[in-house]
Amino acid sequence: MSKVLVVLETAGGKLRAHCLPGIAAAKQIADARGLPLHLLVLGADASAAAEIAAAGYGAAGVHTIANPALEPFTAEAWGDAIVHATKSLGASVVGGTASSTLRDCLPRAAAILDAPLCAEVVAVKSGDTFTRPISAGRALLDEKLSGEIVFFTARGSEFEPAAAGAAAPVSAIDGVNVDTRGVEVVGIQKTQSSRPALTEADVVVSGGRGMREGSNFKVLEDLTDLLGGALGASRAATDAGMVPADLQVGQTGKIVAPNLYIAVAISGAIQHLAGMKGSKTIVAINKDGEAPIFQVADYGLVAKWEDALPRFVELVQARKG
Amino acid sequence: MTKILVTVKRIPDPDESLKFTGSGLDLSSVKWVPNAFDEYAVETALRLAEDVNNKKSKLAEIIVLSICPQKQRQHMTQFLAMGADRGVIVDADDLELDTAAISKIIAKVAQDEGVDMVITGKLSQDNEGNQVGQRVAGLLGWPQACFAAELDWDQANNALSVHREVDDGVEVKKIPLPAVVSVDLRVVLPSSVRNGVNPADHKFTDGPRLASLRGITMAKRKKVDVKTPADLGVTSAAGESTVGVNKPPGRMAGQMVETVEELVEKLATEAKVL
Ligand SMILES: Cc1cc2nc3c(=O)[nH]c(=O)nc-3n(C[C@H](O)[C@H](O)[C@H](O)COP(=O)(O)OP(=O)(O)OC[C@H]3O[C@@H](n4cnc5c(N)ncnc54)[C@H](O)[C@@H]3O)c2cc1C
Repeated sequence: MSKVLVVLETAGGKLRAHCLPGIAAAKQIADARGLPLHLLVLGADASAAAEIAAAGYGAAGVHTIANPALEPFTAEAWGDAIVHATKSLGASVVGGTASSTLRDCLPRAAAILDAPLCAEVVAVKSGDTFTRPISAGRALLDEKLSGEIVFFTARGSEFEPAAAGAAAPVSAIDGVNVDTRGVEVVGIQKTQSSRPALTEADVVVSGGRGMREGSNFKVLEDLTDLLGGALGASRAATDAGMVPADLQVGQTGKIVAPNLYIAVAISGAIQHLAGMKGSKTIVAINKDGEAPIFQVADYGLVAKWEDALPRFVELVQARKG
Repeated sequence: MTKILVTVKRIPDPDESLKFTGSGLDLSSVKWVPNAFDEYAVETALRLAEDVNNKKSKLAEIIVLSICPQKQRQHMTQFLAMGADRGVIVDADDLELDTAAISKIIAKVAQDEGVDMVITGKLSQDNEGNQVGQRVAGLLGWPQACFAAELDWDQANNALSVHREVDDGVEVKKIPLPAVVSVDLRVVLPSSVRNGVNPADHKFTDGPRLASLRGITMAKRKKVDVKTPADLGVTSAAGESTVGVNKPPGRMAGQMVETVEELVEKLATEAKVL
């Protein structure tokens, strides 16, 4: 029977938390189409599947493809595995959270299957029509996909993480040929941080070009840690090497929607706003009262960060006791 | 000689405000400009092909490909003026073609030209699909390196080593050629592209190069082949269609505070986020 299939990512034998909003989006599509939801776990082994199946997440089945060539991730091998699973399970909708992993391999698989893909879905209008932002979030496109198989990626900040439910049965898909086509992943240089992931944090504190140099981010880090948040930055700050590139928030960085977003010395270019204007409460601190960031801020303070931030840290510290 | 195919697109000027018609966007009077990511893609190819100590020597031929109405190809002239060698135009209204058809056209041209690399921008600033490079690689069965921020061309081994910007940090991936690369913004930083010929400490100017006057004169003389989707055996399958385009809901007007004390007080008692 036809089904909606979600591609999951795991690490250390566990489901990665950023996959949960993708499951929730898929569940909405499955309900709109009256189809069951199924989950797909890819990796060198199927060790993560038992825990995922126990949580269920509203799925009717969990499928695994275990193959050493699937780890570390390559779009080439994952593309092959997803194509195989789609055909052998008879899936009519395939997708997941718009992580860098799925943004890399799902369009590849979609092309092999000659299927359309709707990227960065923010709302499910019906079983085949989805809303996605275009032009740096200045417009919302309602896009209808047609075809026997359609693909989607869902923006993680726009769907509540799927909750655990009844357990689902696990079955293995065997005899799958995957080909890495001669590529080699030499390694990932991870930015080490004890802070929560930017896309999952409740609070994000970001600095921009006006911070001038990396060492000045210290005071932002103090504030971040007091609030238990994640550190972010504008492109100008990351390009200047003040902080690592993976802290960039915006159209070409991370899309975040925390409870509280604090933008310091960031002007508020449209490409930056595209990555944070879904935040619940936005605070802007900028020395220029005309800066566009104030147009999206719930609370704006015209001040130099040198004057405002130390006091901000002090007052928050006092409250937190 | 190595051949590099770079895909380029024209987009409505992203600095102009959008005109909503109710069912879509009114593009009748927009100013068309090159997609910034494609400028970065062309710049990447130029840096791979360039021997900075010997301007006469060239390590690769660069072909720029655009799918657009034949009469609206100013962007193509601009990319040729930056230094690309020749162009291919596939004459069609790109707004009428879906992503699958665009990708098939590019894959077919890559095949017909026998190129070693296809370089695309990571996304177009208007449509923001972020799919074309991946799809072309899938159609050709080639390796892919998407969201590239740094590139090392290992000519002896006919391979690329690519730093890819991923959610967790930076992944280093080696891919044999032929292959598809999609480039991210930081690929135009001064030391991001290395071809093994230029000195290791060579620094390019920050950002994509501007077309010189001489470049613009020369661009007019460069060869541009014009084809149609039908020549390439591609018909559109309308897998995607637009149901509507709407203005996103605006945020409620906020308030300005005078002091840090007031800010912290309001965050704690009004917004309840502290
Ligand atoms: C295709 C494309 C994609 C892009 N993607 C992104 C993206 O994903 N994310 C992103 O952020 N940008 C992106 N950009 C870049 C974006 O257009 C802006 O250039 C960038 O966001 C500017 O960063 P900024 O606000 O830190 O710097 P600026 O615009 O230079 O602003 C600095 C601000 O700091 C303030 N300031 C200076 N000194 C102080 C002080 N002492 N105290 C307080 N305030 C001070 C100034 O008043 C000013 O408002 C993209 C651009 C393009 C073309």
